[in-house]
Amino acid sequence: MANEGYLLSVVTFLPLLGSLGLLALRGDDHTWIRRLALATALANFVLSLLLLHGFAAGTPGYQLEELRPWIHWPPINYHLGVDGLSLWLVILTTFLTPIAILCSWESIGHRVKEFFLMLLVLETGMIGVFLSLDLILFFVFWEVMLVPMYFLIGIWGHERRIYAAIKFVLYTMAGSVLMLVAILWLFGLSGASVPGGTFDLPTIQVLLQNGKLQLPHTTELLLFGAFFLAFAIKVPLFPLHTWLPDAHVEAPTAGSVILAGVLLKMGTYGLLRFCLPLFPAASKELAPWVAVLAMIGIVYGALVSMVQPDLKKLIAYSSVSHLGFVVLGIFSFHPVAIQGAIYQMLNHGISTGALFLIAGMLYDRRHTHLIKEFGGLATPMPALSAFFLFVCLSSLGLPMLNGFVGEFLILLGTYQVNKLWATFGALGVILAAVYLLWAYQRVAFGEVTVEKNRVLPDCSPRERLILWPLCVMILWMGIGSPVFLSRTETASQQVIEQMKRPQMPALAGTRGAVPQLRDAPAGAESATAVQQGAGPK
Amino acid sequence: MFILNHLWIIPALPLLGAALNGLLGTRWPKRAIDAIAVGTTGLSFLAVLELIREFAALAANQIPWAPAGYFPWLLAGNFRADFALHVDQLTVVMLLVVTGVGWLIHIYSTGYMAHEGGYYRFFSYLNLFMFFMLILVMAANYALLFVGWEGVGLCSYLLIGFFFLKKSASDAGKKAFIVNRIGDFGFMLGMFLMFQTFGSLDFATVFPAAAKMPLESMSAAGVLTAIALLLFVGATGKSAQLPLYVWLPDAMEGPTPVSALIHAATMVTAGVYVVARSSVIFSHAPLAMAVVAVIGCVTALFAATIGLAQNDIKRVLAYSTVSQLGYMMLACGVGAFSAGIFHLMTHSFFKALLFLAAGSVIHAMGGEQDLRKMGGLRTKIPWTFWTMFMATLAIAGAPFFSGFFSKDAILWKAVSSLYGTPASNKLLWGVGLATAVLTSVYMFRLLFLAFFGAPRYDEQQVHVHESPKSMIVPLVVLALLSVVGGWVGIPESLSGSDYIEHFLSPAFAAAEKAAPEVTPVHATKYSHSLEMLLMGAAIFGAALGALVAWRRFMLGKPGRLEGTAFQKNVQKLLTNKYYVDEIYDALVVRPLYWLSNTVFWRSVDERGIDGSVNGLAHAARAAGERVRQVQSGNTRSYATWVVLGAVAVTTLLIWWVK
Repeated sequence: MANEGYLLSVVTFLPLLGSLGLLALRGDDHTWIRRLALATALANFVLSLLLLHGFAAGTPGYQLEELRPWIHWPPINYHLGVDGLSLWLVILTTFLTPIAILCSWESIGHRVKEFFLMLLVLETGMIGVFLSLDLILFFVFWEVMLVPMYFLIGIWGHERRIYAAIKFVLYTMAGSVLMLVAILWLFGLSGASVPGGTFDLPTIQVLLQNGKLQLPHTTELLLFGAFFLAFAIKVPLFPLHTWLPDAHVEAPTAGSVILAGVLLKMGTYGLLRFCLPLFPAASKELAPWVAVLAMIGIVYGALVSMVQPDLKKLIAYSSVSHLGFVVLGIFSFHPVAIQGAIYQMLNHGISTGALFLIAGMLYDRRHTHLIKEFGGLATPMPALSAFFLFVCLSSLGLPMLNGFVGEFLILLGTYQVNKLWATFGALGVILAAVYLLWAYQRVAFGEVTVEKNRVLPDCSPRERLILWPLCVMILWMGIGSPVFLSRTETASQQVIEQMKRPQMPALAGTRGAVPQLRDAPAGAESATAVQQGAGPK
Repeated sequence: MFILNHLWIIPALPLLGAALNGLLGTRWPKRAIDAIAVGTTGLSFLAVLELIREFAALAANQIPWAPAGYFPWLLAGNFRADFALHVDQLTVVMLLVVTGVGWLIHIYSTGYMAHEGGYYRFFSYLNLFMFFMLILVMAANYALLFVGWEGVGLCSYLLIGFFFLKKSASDAGKKAFIVNRIGDFGFMLGMFLMFQTFGSLDFATVFPAAAKMPLESMSAAGVLTAIALLLFVGATGKSAQLPLYVWLPDAMEGPTPVSALIHAATMVTAGVYVVARSSVIFSHAPLAMAVVAVIGCVTALFAATIGLAQNDIKRVLAYSTVSQLGYMMLACGVGAFSAGIFHLMTHSFFKALLFLAAGSVIHAMGGEQDLRKMGGLRTKIPWTFWTMFMATLAIAGAPFFSGFFSKDAILWKAVSSLYGTPASNKLLWGVGLATAVLTSVYMFRLLFLAFFGAPRYDEQQVHVHESPKSMIVPLVVLALLSVVGGWVGIPESLSGSDYIEHFLSPAFAAAEKAAPEVTPVHATKYSHSLEMLLMGAAIFGAALGALVAWRRFMLGKPGRLEGTAFQKNVQKLLTNKYYVDEIYDALVVRPLYWLSNTVFWRSVDERGIDGSVNGLAHAARAAGERVRQVQSGNTRSYATWVVLGAVAVTTLLIWWVK
């Protein structure tokens, strides 16, 4: 029963397959390289929509699970599954990848094959992170993702690309090394209740919830700290954010879009998937500190964003502010706020992705991101300016557009828990209007100040093709939020359920949550045998 | 019952117009754009008229008419907000004002904007504004109301900055949006607290629950006071009250029809609407009521004094709007919600007219807005003059004009208020009366400077011409309304029926129940005869104001203080608007920029955090450089290390074994 089809594997590995296909093409056949990459990404998007078909909203636990033995010892399994938490993030990834490919259509001129290959490998890595239910598998995808991103920044980036790429990788590695230690430690601890130990996330979750595995207080704090650091860097949470502006400024547009759109979400996803459910006591104990950092991030990110002379840096710092909202919502442990946080993750992916795309379109024309090089663009390029304004409004949280729903729910939920937190957070709503409208004014309004800008072409059909879907999503997610939220509702309640520990009445294991234990003899006899054989330490 | 069962039609029509003109208007001729913009708004107005017919036939227990929500908008955990519209007496009045005045201004705009670029854009924004404003007044919960609330703010931003090539225009738009956001910050916190208290943001849940809560007092302020004050923070932003009024005068950068529609007749009254809508909450919170009354009263006087010294015809009117909105707030603050809404209505007639007429003047003068460069226009643009004259009489409170009744209702309610002490009520009344005198002065000053005396412009250069019919007709209609619009509220002391008060009273019934009881002593003290007496005082004040303006600006006689240092300083202070913008700039804008740029970005981020991160990297590298030297390729040094290592290990082993 553990294997419910192959859809998740297909969605995860189709991009990899596509990248292998790219290898077969001649390096100078740019047209077909682009076409194949786009076709793969689009096909994967369509396939990922099938998840919606197979996904039953309202059912707790993981769905469409796949569980296959991978390595006998230590017992590492190929275990994939989707729930409300990861569902939309996977679709967000498959939605943004074709857009990232389209926006690189003309702007990437050298090493074209490698570029699109990296993008597709990256997509596999990202989807894998969201779908992995085995800690080691998760870690593998987590690290795999770094490689293509490193090259995307390092090869196709701008002037200081090497510095930025190395900074990005080192920052992330610093966190993930500790996470690996924590994973191994957790594995060791699980040996006390499962012969040989386990890396299986649902299994560990159940063990923790029914009290068979108990973490001493200090251990839990340390484990939480290790996981949290990795995710906090990724988010990025103040003061661990300084890799972000550099990475964004130097990355090519597609890199920025993916980085802001998906990679940052892995941090907040990790917090919801691992930190809260696995280490609730530590989460609760440290929540005030995390909330303080999140609040600082919201206000500080917005203020620093306001004074940036570089458009991409401005957007990068605005991410610090926006993701601060998400972290604040998560650590309020309130169901409404967590719903808002999940929603805001999606919103940020779309709105900030769109902002970077527009910055990239301006860069394609002028080869600069400096705001003072623009000004008065509404005259030569009214359509792009209109798109830009629409996206800014989404990002600053105008009601009826997507950003508002997320921020409102986060603040509403947080307020019920802690008034001061929400009040501070709400300051970010004011400041978002300040930095976005000011930037917009300097880019689009007024007379054209730089002579070159007078003749800039407006949106090309390809650019419209990129921006329209994003704008439609912005509007749709602003008006029809229940379509999305109804599918995440169970998962966010689940997070809160999973934070309960046996002092309360023990909970029945969630459906499909312990396949490895219950069904071990049937499918994974060898794994079980090895586990038992290697039992004595 | 068609419209009542299909309320969505009313806002949907302008939305359709906005979408059509916005997405396709570039390719259409002006007449098609006109037809869509004016047509959809007009149909919306007709729908409202039909709605009122149907509404009048409803039984009392069917009001407020609240059909089920059209679709859920926000849904998370135990929170739910639907896209739901409702109608009660308050909404009906607001709908009439918004669609009626809005439609007239649309018609006017077809003439006024005829020669401007971006014609389709203008009407698209204007229609979009109508949509959001209608959502605002029809929403059945605070969340949806907030949609309209921010939506009108957006349209205001877009329309103020319509001439986006002008930096001052885009600055003003941005300022309006940001200052309003500061207010919205309070509004949002108010909603959060409301949800915590009542578990819902639906009017149908919140108001009955609030009505059942115990009355709070000045000294024991509780959660209702907090909610009310937070909502009021939002209202001070939207309705341009102290201390957040600063955006409205700058908003005059927008095209004049926009100033008339958004910044006089409709959007800026949204704050008053929210206070009136939340009357149950406010009336349970005397402290909040007092704050509303005092802020309203002080704003009224404060803005009126600035209005005295402005030379830009639209700025005079802008400060006048701030001042009049203060009156409405004052009314709400003394518990006279229906008087506030009554004034909101009459004000929308005469202030829209004043702006449109000012627009006609500007149009006639070829874009000139400086009163010092006008003069003698009375005979050249008679239609504009006469309609503006009517509006001036109305706002100054000339007997039997619309403003007379509504302003008088407010002043009377202020002095006879059941809230506050007799002394404080007298003070509120006194300030209100002083404001009325000043209103009369600055309005007649404007009228005399623009329309009387000798022309102060170059008659060779400026060819003054009357505006086209599309502009004159709305002026005439509004002039008519400015005269008779107040007759629905003739007080009982003048043997009227005070229809509007009776009409609105069910909407404020719950609030009135919470108000202090009317004692017989109170009733006899504040009799009809006293009301008439005070009315006389108000008429006298208005006449006095007009006379002062006449003496100074028509006869040119300097006042007694004219020329003294004191007069000059006051004049300077008023002309510079008490330097409030400069103070905000010095206290908020600049420090914030400095903090963000110098402290946060340059010091904390670049030098502090990134400095230490890079420092760590450098340290690692430097350490590596040092350690690397060990690996020198020199056999003898390797041998030394081996020996040293062996010694160290042996020592350790020995020590460990022991």
